[in-house]
Amino acid sequence: MSIIVTDTGFAADDWADAGAIVSLDEALEAGLPQSNARLGLDLPNDADIDQIRGLLDRVSLVRIAFPSFADGRGFSLARRLREIGFAGRVRAAGHVIPDQYAFARRSGFDEIEISDEAGSRQTEDQWIAHAGWAQSSYQDQLGRAHHPAA
Amino acid sequence: MYSYSEFDEGYVRERVRKFRSQVERRIDGSLTEDEFKPLRLMNGLYLQLHAYMLRVAIPYGTINPAQMRQLADIADKWDKGYGHFTTRQNIQFNWPKLKDVPDMLDALADVGMHAIQTSGNCIRNVTADHFAGAAADEIEDPRPTAELLRQWSTDHPEFTFLPRKFKVAITGSPNDRAVTKAHDIGLRMVRNEAGEPGYEVIVGGGLGRTPMVGKVVREFLPKIDLLPYLEAILQVYNLSGRRDNKYKARIKILVHETGLDEIKTRIEAAFEAQKKHFRGPEPSLVAAIEAAFSQPELDPPVMSISLDTPVRDPLLESWIDTNVSEHKVPGAAIVTVSLKPIGGTPGDATSDQMRVLADLAERYSHNELRVSHEQNIILPHVYRADLPAIHAALREAGMATANVGLISDIIACPGMDYCALATARSIPIAQEISQRFEDIRVQKDIGPLKIKISGCINACGHHHVGHIGILGLDKAGVESYQLTLGGDGTQTATIGTRTGPGFAADEIIPAVERLIDAYLGLRESRDETFLEAYRRVGMEPFKAALYSEAKAHAA
Repeated sequence: MSIIVTDTGFAADDWADAGAIVSLDEALEAGLPQSNARLGLDLPNDADIDQIRGLLDRVSLVRIAFPSFADGRGFSLARRLREIGFAGRVRAAGHVIPDQYAFARRSGFDEIEISDEAGSRQTEDQWIAHAGWAQSSYQDQLGRAHHPAA
Repeated sequence: MYSYSEFDEGYVRERVRKFRSQVERRIDGSLTEDEFKPLRLMNGLYLQLHAYMLRVAIPYGTINPAQMRQLADIADKWDKGYGHFTTRQNIQFNWPKLKDVPDMLDALADVGMHAIQTSGNCIRNVTADHFAGAAADEIEDPRPTAELLRQWSTDHPEFTFLPRKFKVAITGSPNDRAVTKAHDIGLRMVRNEAGEPGYEVIVGGGLGRTPMVGKVVREFLPKIDLLPYLEAILQVYNLSGRRDNKYKARIKILVHETGLDEIKTRIEAAFEAQKKHFRGPEPSLVAAIEAAFSQPELDPPVMSISLDTPVRDPLLESWIDTNVSEHKVPGAAIVTVSLKPIGGTPGDATSDQMRVLADLAERYSHNELRVSHEQNIILPHVYRADLPAIHAALREAGMATANVGLISDIIACPGMDYCALATARSIPIAQEISQRFEDIRVQKDIGPLKIKISGCINACGHHHVGHIGILGLDKAGVESYQLTLGGDGTQTATIGTRTGPGFAADEIIPAVERLIDAYLGLRESRDETFLEAYRRVGMEPFKAALYSEAKAHAA
């Protein structure tokens, strides 16, 4: 099981019941499944956003992998997704720590998916401490849109 | 100079609060050591050879007297009564205790200072020409841009977990005193044909184990486009910089492996996208930053020191000759205070010396000081008429060494005396060289010469761009010093060339002496500097002096 972290704290994963998540390799090889169900797309953090432009119309969730919290590629991927106009859900999944929550939100992520183990070590209060991420930042002051699609 | 806005003030306080929480969460186990490490580094805290080290940011090297006094107080209260000014225009405290660090950060915040992003794989503290706003050759003061970059890069959501550290330097003068070509991004303020101000953008310079001179990716970038253009460079780097090998993770390797044309194409494509999402700062914010750096009102007395004043102190004269530079306002001057006393540690200042510097800045330099990457302190706006009084006060405080730009004005990294990465000592080598060439008349005869010493391959002592570079290595447990010649950190940036096999610790000083003797013997006149002579004659005569005599000596 995993935990979904948003501004309001921990919640169960509501996507698990709502739709499938296909891997990028599958999607590129076989195309997206032909069904009316909502679709999610799993992106490794070395993905090329230009390569998936054509898939995004049919996808309502993109989940970007964080193999290590020290690998910040996911932040730029989320930013790129928003830049090209993706308005669906963007989720960071894997090793993200509470101290990165504001960075994730300001890069265009909506939520973070962490393991139960991570959630028991880095508890809900430690994440909620960063829920005020939308308060003014230096980049806001300098006119950098933090959510380009919005 | 810039003083903190309400936003800055609130931000640094919040940052200290967060760091306290991070220390607590490390102690209670919520953060693993691996997770805590980058967080502490991004707050300037290193674990060194003997102790923690706190690296405090002095953004673009500009500091006021109150801040300098606070550094002195911090040195007395939480360290051993001194600090070390670095080649990154920062100051390092070498002996803090972990439990004291949040209090030290609070004390810094009291005077509008911090240690944010002085380490870690993020955009580091921005450096600039130490004569900014005062230099006679300046096109434009680079500090308003540097301050804009400080704000832009602080806690950047996208670029705080980069493949590797990222350094930006800026100069507003054609004579590059900020080593812009040896930074991840170098910015030179230029004007286009229409006379509009903008930047030449240089990418992929760097020293370390793979030294490279940066390459121009944009000859003219309009001022208004700077931030989205830098976002574009950083995004390309963040997404495609190597993460498989820490030694190949800097942007210089990406530029080298990808090719300049391809990198330019990617940057320009990313820039087009970024521009759409960058509304730009409010003009009022930019105007406020620019106003903060307006030149102080300088009204030099008509009577200033003239060269034919009959009664002159030869020590004063010698000091004016080396340590005083031309100011853009006639009758005013720029003083470089040497932190390189003969036999001293380059860049170290005691708390008492810091207080003297603060007093002098208050009394004579319109409340401003600068830290140079050459590890000296600058009084940027003084009147020539005050030079004798300034010199007298510096003499009393042991800071009147008249050696700026000469053989004993050496850059040296902390080396094995402090640093966990070092493979050899650097400070004692610098001390011995300055002792060997102690006589200032000898130094002046040798003329302009930059010796730079690094105690390991990471090159914090900038040895690659020293006219004479010295790199200390560990050869099977024994210190060995490798020499490079012909390096240059200015607008004509060049990476020095290795002379050949290295020298043992007790051989390196005689080797440097042989280089100097060879230069003195082959220069065409006193006007031909070491670097010019080297460029004219090449490596061979120096090699001969170094190695044939060494062989003869051994035989």
